[in-house]
Amino acid sequence: MKHTISVLVENHSGVLSRISGLFSRRGFNIESLAVGPTENPEVSRITIIADGDDHTVEQIEKQLNKLIEVIKVKSFRPSDCMARELMLLKVSATAEKRQEIMTICEITESKVIDLTVNTMTLEICDKYDHLVKFVSLLEPYGIVEMVRTGTIAIQRGNETITK
Amino acid sequence: MKMSASKAMVECLKAEGIDTVYGYPGAAICPFFDALLDEENTIRNILVRHEANGGHAASGFARMRGTPQVCIATSGPGAVNLITAIATAYADSIPIIAITGQVATEQIGSDAFQEADITGAAEPFVKHSYLVKDANEIPRIFKEAFYIAGSGRPGPVLIDVPVDVQKAMIDFSYPKSVKIRSYKPTIKGNFMQVKRVAKALKNAKRPLICIGGGVFASNACEEVRKLSEIMDIPVITTMMGISCFNDEDRLFFGMIGTHGVKSANAAANDCDTLLLVGARVGDRAVKTPLALEESTTIIHMDIDPAEIGKNIGTDIPLVGNAKDVLSQLLEQVEPMKHDEWVEHLEKYRKPRKFPKAKKGTVDPRQFIEKLSAAMPADTTVVADVGQNQIWAATSYKLKPGGRFLTSGGMGTMGYSLPCAMGAKMACPDRTSLQICGDGSFQMQFMEMATCVQYGVNVKIVVMTNNRLGMVRELQDIGFNGRKVSVFLDGSPDFVKLAAAYGIPAMRVTDTRSMNKAIDALAGEDRLMLVEVCVDEDAPTL
Repeated sequence: MKHTISVLVENHSGVLSRISGLFSRRGFNIESLAVGPTENPEVSRITIIADGDDHTVEQIEKQLNKLIEVIKVKSFRPSDCMARELMLLKVSATAEKRQEIMTICEITESKVIDLTVNTMTLEICDKYDHLVKFVSLLEPYGIVEMVRTGTIAIQRGNETITK
Repeated sequence: MKMSASKAMVECLKAEGIDTVYGYPGAAICPFFDALLDEENTIRNILVRHEANGGHAASGFARMRGTPQVCIATSGPGAVNLITAIATAYADSIPIIAITGQVATEQIGSDAFQEADITGAAEPFVKHSYLVKDANEIPRIFKEAFYIAGSGRPGPVLIDVPVDVQKAMIDFSYPKSVKIRSYKPTIKGNFMQVKRVAKALKNAKRPLICIGGGVFASNACEEVRKLSEIMDIPVITTMMGISCFNDEDRLFFGMIGTHGVKSANAAANDCDTLLLVGARVGDRAVKTPLALEESTTIIHMDIDPAEIGKNIGTDIPLVGNAKDVLSQLLEQVEPMKHDEWVEHLEKYRKPRKFPKAKKGTVDPRQFIEKLSAAMPADTTVVADVGQNQIWAATSYKLKPGGRFLTSGGMGTMGYSLPCAMGAKMACPDRTSLQICGDGSFQMQFMEMATCVQYGVNVKIVVMTNNRLGMVRELQDIGFNGRKVSVFLDGSPDFVKLAAAYGIPAMRVTDTRSMNKAIDALAGEDRLMLVEVCVDEDAPTL
């Protein structure tokens, strides 16, 4: 089962390697990992999508908490949070296919950010399942290149990671 | 006060009460060694013969003093050599501070001479580590390092200091307190959980306490004794918990595990409620945790929440420092009697009978048992790894006040002599007895020179059978007797080797020489070596 784990860490060099090292040496599977600064420049936030049973996730949380530079660990249930991922995708598109692809963009609320004679580059920000769908819609045209950020997540309502 | 960063590093150690460090110099750590020379009357450096042994010596020192202790190495190979000692300390939760030199800041990442990414390489084995980039951070980093190493679940902390940082001038003042927002170990136990534990123990018909190394780490041996006595609960230990509880106590039933004693394993099998204190249920201590958790109410007390539920399912978790939590528990419990249960366990106690040893050898277990009867009560016994470790763990009958040290978690061969050396320097009034095999001795005998140089009196016992005995036995049992790479042919004459260092030595080959050697080992406190010839086929248990 997939779990979304949010981690607040001190913004020190080497923190990311401590965390990724912990996952690999304890045999935890990371599906995606995204890191960036927060409202406090001293603190970074890491969102990890991990695969495993409840026992594994409990161990992940406890082991993360043992790292000195980890300030807070919280794992979200899918219903408690909103998760997004950014993807840039370059697809083969000759002039006659452009309109079809534009229609897909319109429906999926994605954007065309670059255009050449034979390709279109698209940008989409959505939840994981929608990205999968988006990719499957574009596959018939020929995907030339694709890049994704990894999921970030935030809690619904007034809840925050620290309270 | 303005001073060089290397002098500031020495001031930090002084402020932490460090009087002995175990270091091996090299170019990248020379400024620090130079600053140490100015304070040689306050802090003595012991020049070990290998960096790993410096780490093990600091470990032995730390275990006896109960405070973080320091080992030092230079950059690159020096630092990398230290990793075994860091990993060994990590596995047994021993607080050591490893200080390493690093190439100059502007050279980092250029594959410079003797450059190694030691904070990266040691990352899996440290509680925390620092690469010092700004010399002004040194006082804060040292203060934090000692605090982190010694508090909560103790462990090794690494400080890597580039050589140019050591030479920088800084304004020094040592912080009085530590502020780390993300590190706050739980010390007191949750009151409701303590009550639940008290109730579970009260309702138990066949309760049992199993203690591990965490009881030493929190200095809670006395609290365990009180709990056992008041509630009449039998006690067993893991290997790391040996000497935490009086061997002669009527409620003590020995060491648990695949190489443990029958009475301890039977107690674990037959109990209905098991209180684990500072024990992580390692695979060598409990082979089938699933079976145990199904048949038993498991109460797990540990300062590290990650240990609870990791190896064994728990009915009542209790996070906190053993000494504090047990004191809280003692306020909740009433005297009980479990005569029937204790009598039941008594059946499993059997006096040891030793078979007649082959000509030219003695039974290693008999030797150790007889030796333990003769040694002073407050002897620190340091066992290495292999058959010698199990012989020592199960046959040495500790007297009250005795202490048993070994590399339990990592099982690092070559730990015992440097550890015994550190233990002796930490407590010069106690006898330091080291027990190893002829395999492990050859991983560490260079430290005899250190013992000679600094006058460290260690009683060295080498069990020789010209075999890597533990592996030999495994190959006999598990690989149809196909013995491979376990023959130590080419070993030197250890008595002569000791003589080459100027260390008096004797060999045990029969009862007469055994008695003579035991008299010598139990006698005058001096550096000496006894080689004990044992049967190559002698069993571990």
